[in-house]
Amino acid sequence: MMEDLSQYVQPGRVHRHIYTDPAIFELELERIFGVAWTYIGHESQVKKPGDYFRTFIGRRPVVLVRDDEGEIRVIHNQCAHRGSLVVANDKGNASEFQCCYHGWTYHLDGRLKAVPLQHGYPRDFDINNPKTAMVHVPRVQSYRGFVFASEARDGPGLEDFLGYMTTSLDDLVDRAPDGEVEVAGGVFKHAYDGNWKLYLENLCDAAHPLFTHRSSIDAAQQQSDEVYSDGSGEIALRQMRQNGAPYSFWESQVGIWTYPNGHSYLGDYHDDTKLVAALQEPAFRDYITAMESKKGKAETRRVLEVRRWNSNVYPSLSFMSQFQQLRVVHPIAVNRTVVHTYNFRLKGAPEKMFRNTISFANTVNGTGSLVLTDDLEIYNRIGMGLSSAGAEWIEIGRGLRTDLPDAHGGKRGHNSTSEIYIRNMLDAWLNYMTNDHDAIRPVS
Amino acid sequence: MARKPKVVSKATSTRSRRPIGSRGRTARAPARDSLDIHHCEQFLLHEARLLDEGKFDDWLALFTLDAWYWVPSEPDQADPIETVSLIYDDRRLLETRVRRLASPRMYSQEPRSRTSRIVGNITIEESARNHCTVRSKFMMIEYRREQQRIFGGTAIHRLILAGSRIRIAWKRVNLVNCDAPLDGITIPF
Repeated sequence: MMEDLSQYVQPGRVHRHIYTDPAIFELELERIFGVAWTYIGHESQVKKPGDYFRTFIGRRPVVLVRDDEGEIRVIHNQCAHRGSLVVANDKGNASEFQCCYHGWTYHLDGRLKAVPLQHGYPRDFDINNPKTAMVHVPRVQSYRGFVFASEARDGPGLEDFLGYMTTSLDDLVDRAPDGEVEVAGGVFKHAYDGNWKLYLENLCDAAHPLFTHRSSIDAAQQQSDEVYSDGSGEIALRQMRQNGAPYSFWESQVGIWTYPNGHSYLGDYHDDTKLVAALQEPAFRDYITAMESKKGKAETRRVLEVRRWNSNVYPSLSFMSQFQQLRVVHPIAVNRTVVHTYNFRLKGAPEKMFRNTISFANTVNGTGSLVLTDDLEIYNRIGMGLSSAGAEWIEIGRGLRTDLPDAHGGKRGHNSTSEIYIRNMLDAWLNYMTNDHDAIRPVS
Repeated sequence: MARKPKVVSKATSTRSRRPIGSRGRTARAPARDSLDIHHCEQFLLHEARLLDEGKFDDWLALFTLDAWYWVPSEPDQADPIETVSLIYDDRRLLETRVRRLASPRMYSQEPRSRTSRIVGNITIEESARNHCTVRSKFMMIEYRREQQRIFGGTAIHRLILAGSRIRIAWKRVNLVNCDAPLDGITIPF
């Protein structure tokens, strides 16, 4: 590893080692995932006191839990005694947490409740001492139900960190007639042999679908619509055909926007008249009626005219407001990544809208999808290719020096095929990796 | 096994490509005049062989023209419309899936997988004169690009007797590790 990490990122190119060097990976877990606001989960996953959900910050196992007071906590999933994992199930409801090793029992907020054989510990052992509690992640904040946590005790708040990306989260929630969304419909967990950064680097890549997804584009374009369908395949076929839009479409109509801290979104992509509304389903008309009755015609029109595709919140969150998808990237090793994907139900919307959300999820996020499987192949091949020192530098220069200023403090690419959003993520990477974070690192 | 509401989609295109499975170039599925366990077993073994040999067009031809094929993402998943599925294909999407498998530009099958399946523990769960529901266990080894992985689980087939041919009206595949982190799935079970 080079001592000066800034050597790895240069104008329009990046060194392959940031995707392959295990020492850099370990440093990322400390300096990026140990500092940044990381997406944990949604409040609807822990509706009642005692509801919990097990996840990770980087590779650190944590539990999202609603305690007896109704407060949302994020606690390191480790027993204060011998360090074993306390919560073993992915999700559930509990009145307390108990370690299976020596029976240390904790309140839902992580405070120690009881210890068997307490007389055997040193005289100053005190179950009320915070040092005997499961460790809290120091900062936990929600934005409109989306829970983030940061291991840094100090630093900018969540809304400062998100900046203009709050408007993408707004878009996801504003699409619900009742103004609320909830996690529903299960989860995909897909895996690949490649670095965690490759995932977000692909999700706003407008130049790859026409090529990478050629097999599903061709298969969908040749598919007869006369054949029997129960309706669930409609969204999938439309999306696969849409992926076949010519380069001129991506260069003239779609846009890419980037913001501080590595965030970005692909916008002006699909609009509802091309995909959902084109189904001419009564459910969609019912949805618009529900929206108009709750929010009025003007607000409904404003919401439906937002045409954002994937929104990336660096380092590990990507979501898609139009079809209520959300993906969380979990780094496992320098060359292994697992992504968990979730769906949201729009409260107050007709049930058919959620069925479209599920159909869409199966297409773009499904482990057996006709589309995603080719993306996973790309990540694997990048992983294999970058393991070679044959070529040391990776080009990320498409659109370099043609960026345009954005009214909300960011920069946009001159068109959607610009790699500006990758350069923007690597700027954030460099900032996290080279700043001296000692002052704000959590006390361990 | 919840069935889904049947809604025949509106034709929205003038494209007229015949369904792959209706071309008459059908698989050599055994001809039968009844559905006893022996016939069902022969049929399942035949299906497994077509898949192992990569004869996906012939495999598709085993399905009825309104069939569905489902690999749930959760154990005991109630339905494919309220919860995501590793695969949920109505007949039209199943055709698209099979057509893609033949594409030279399906990069996730370059190089191609080789598979080897064993089917066993076959029982008839429910039967009538010309249809039955068959439960079986399977193990499938998939080898691709220096890596081998194993899938196993339970398959449930709804078989119907169409003339003298057995056809699959629906097939559900419950993978033992359906909710695990999984690398991409490209070859049907």
